[in-house]
Amino acid sequence: MAITIKINGADRTVDVDGDTPLLWVLRDVLGMTGTKFGCGWALCGACTVHIDGVATRSCITPIDSVGASAVTTIEAIGATAAGAAIQKAWLDREVVQCGYCQSGQIMSASALLATNPHPTDSDIDSAMSGNICRCGTYLRIREAIKQAAQSSGQGG
Amino acid sequence: MRVDHLSSFAAGSARSSSASGVSRRTFLQAAAAAGGGLLLSLRLPFASGEAEAAGGNGFAPNAFIRIGTDEQIALTMPYVEMGQGTYTSIPMLIAEELEVDLKQVRLEHAPPNEKLYGNPLLGGLQATGNSNAVRAAWQPLRQAGAIARTMLVSAAAKRWNVDTRSCRAQGGEVLHPPTGRRAKYGELAADAARMPVPKNVALKRPQDFKLIGTPAKRLDTPAKVNGTAIYGIDARPPGVKIATLAQSPVFGGRVKRVDDTAAKAVKGVRQIVRLDDAVAVVADHMGAAKKGLAALVVEWDDGPHAKLTTEAVASELEQATLNSGAVAQNIGNVDQAMASAVTKVEATYYLPFLAHATMEPMNCTVHLRKDDCEIWVGSQAMAWVQAAAAKTAGLPLDKVIVHNHLIGGGFGRRLEADGVTRAVEIAQHVDGPVKVVWTREEDIQHDMYRPYWFDRLSAGLDAKGMPVAWNNRFAGSSVLARWAPPFFKDGLDPDTTEGAIDLVYALPNMHVEYVRVEPPGIPTAFWRSVGPSHNVFVTESFMDELAFAAKQDPVAYRLALLDKNPRAKAVLALAAEKAGWGQPLPERVGRGVSLQFVFATYMAQVAEVEVGKDGAVRVRRVVCAVDCGTVVNPDTVRAQIQSGIIFGITAALYGKITLKDGRVEQTNFDTYQILRMNEAPAIDVHIVQNFEPPGGMGEAGTSAIVPAVANAIFAATGKRPRKMPVDATALKQPG
Repeated sequence: MAITIKINGADRTVDVDGDTPLLWVLRDVLGMTGTKFGCGWALCGACTVHIDGVATRSCITPIDSVGASAVTTIEAIGATAAGAAIQKAWLDREVVQCGYCQSGQIMSASALLATNPHPTDSDIDSAMSGNICRCGTYLRIREAIKQAAQSSGQGG
Repeated sequence: MRVDHLSSFAAGSARSSSASGVSRRTFLQAAAAAGGGLLLSLRLPFASGEAEAAGGNGFAPNAFIRIGTDEQIALTMPYVEMGQGTYTSIPMLIAEELEVDLKQVRLEHAPPNEKLYGNPLLGGLQATGNSNAVRAAWQPLRQAGAIARTMLVSAAAKRWNVDTRSCRAQGGEVLHPPTGRRAKYGELAADAARMPVPKNVALKRPQDFKLIGTPAKRLDTPAKVNGTAIYGIDARPPGVKIATLAQSPVFGGRVKRVDDTAAKAVKGVRQIVRLDDAVAVVADHMGAAKKGLAALVVEWDDGPHAKLTTEAVASELEQATLNSGAVAQNIGNVDQAMASAVTKVEATYYLPFLAHATMEPMNCTVHLRKDDCEIWVGSQAMAWVQAAAAKTAGLPLDKVIVHNHLIGGGFGRRLEADGVTRAVEIAQHVDGPVKVVWTREEDIQHDMYRPYWFDRLSAGLDAKGMPVAWNNRFAGSSVLARWAPPFFKDGLDPDTTEGAIDLVYALPNMHVEYVRVEPPGIPTAFWRSVGPSHNVFVTESFMDELAFAAKQDPVAYRLALLDKNPRAKAVLALAAEKAGWGQPLPERVGRGVSLQFVFATYMAQVAEVEVGKDGAVRVRRVVCAVDCGTVVNPDTVRAQIQSGIIFGITAALYGKITLKDGRVEQTNFDTYQILRMNEAPAIDVHIVQNFEPPGGMGEAGTSAIVPAVANAIFAATGKRPRKMPVDATALKQPG
């Protein structure tokens, strides 16, 4: 069944079963491999994308549930103010190690920052505890979110 | 992390197996580079007999430095980046001696670019693990940088017809101060290739380092924040199909019957591949492959391990320690000392099987053709990948082309090639390239696990409570005996015993034995911090037990045994001071300490934990003092310690793989929990500065934290965890 969804501002049409998770449409059908597979059950957050700005686990999101909503992936998050600030802070703070989970971390963090410009530690815990990092970069993720919040605050 | 996993086992420390033990001619050769410039080919240390034999008498380089006419310096080498910062630390070594900006050095993906260098990646024991890349490369890469610099200076001096001693290298140029002449390396590279390779070069004194010891920015990270970094799982050769699989739920079982009618009806499913002990669904995309797998009806013949349980494994190990094993270390006379001891302390410890649970699930892409085979994978051990693929496909080694990728977590899992073998077996039934992606459930249930360990310790204390006898006999699997059989000798291997022998403490009578027991029906493998992941927990828990028996403070007790080991004493004192050791804490909050010298690095940690009334343990803060000799990149040292500590807390609080009816009971991150953001403690790292040779940093943090947490739990509750992971129900506050 041909399904059209809007990804990073462009309409994309794919021919898959309606219950196919968005993750596999992105990775295997459209070749957008920045979004990662980690668990398949929304337990690790590696597959996080934004659907209308909300951090969403693409591994359990059926493609036919997306409808007319706007999907944003790691490949385009740098075009948003929050995403760009998060990416910069990630590099400034040397957050990344193996990097595999970081697409998902960045998507969760940028969704947080876009709606909450000055997150507290507890806000950060709530928004980020669904994202597992096996390299244990949590401390730097927290610092980077705070840095990005500060820089966004100064910028606007 | 290391190029040759075994060099430090053989040499005790990789830093001793530098180029100094190798003739200059076989260490390094220079030539004109294809496309212009200077090409240095060098051989990084391989201490193993196998690797030397593979190289024969010829010069078999495994690393290349190319100084191009475009001023770019490209470094190609067989180490892999898996997040540990090697792709930054290694270029720093070259850049320091070559006198160039770090930005000019580009580390090229392993395997080498065969077209550019005309050298295939070598076989042999080429792997990244055991915290050894910087340790192994420390001497030879700085020498290579100095040799290249010397040749560039010689080329300039010859061109200008001046004395080489009147020229100097600086910022990627050769200068002749008396005349003000200068030439960039790129302009000199072709001439330099014709200069003789200097026999002796002086390396910089550590005091003169400009780059080493500074917090250099990681070179591999920009692509990792915008989705463009390509891991093995992201490989997409044209026409690739996606497969996922179900392997026999019991190790050693076989497929009895498959009904694939419903699976074949799933849209996008192309093919069902039946192997002896696994079934795979090949599809257009992973969504269809997973749906097809769920629709597949498979009956299994569980085989000989159908009834295996963890309890049976533990019991076998426990029994094994009642008999003597291979003597790993004997100092003095333990029996005599024990007989004269005033107090005797005994304890037994159990450590569980652990999965690696790398964030990137196991995967491998294979294109098997009639006469050759192409592999796309992220691996810590490229030679093993090539060998496994060649063996399974029945092809000569040189017909297997391996494209290595970034690794989404290694931790020892990607030192194994079982996933490659499996992918090639599937590819033998598939026309065209196929990417085999394991579900998380397969990844956890068909890992190769950190071995289960059982340890039996006893000690005798004198009238002052100090240890006069130390006895340790432990049983478990020898990973090295399987992974590199020559290193298992006389019942021992150097990995299994690291952290159990050569302790930092003055122990006048000490006896350590290892009993090798391979558990039936469950494969074992290296796991971050390898041997010490087991041994440091046991020795540092037991040392704490001795301090308690002696009614002494755990830090003071250890310090009293360290008079002959100033570096160990210094890190322990520093960690204790920075942690506020001895300062009062609330009820059910405690501090625990650990001290170790493993991977050629001294480390002490103090963990502060809080145990809830329900028994839940929260690690609030960790203070770590480290002496890893010369620090190449201090930010990477801090990052690796933070990483290792989080990894170790996960193991201490949650980590266990258990077997029931021969099946692994854990399936995904709900049953195999990983520490999360809201549980991460504050971590303070204090680095002791000195110019000793560098120690390894990728793993030390993990082995040190587990006993520190266990000892802190004892301090908080009076209950000592002797069976890992920590059992929260046993820590509940009564009443």
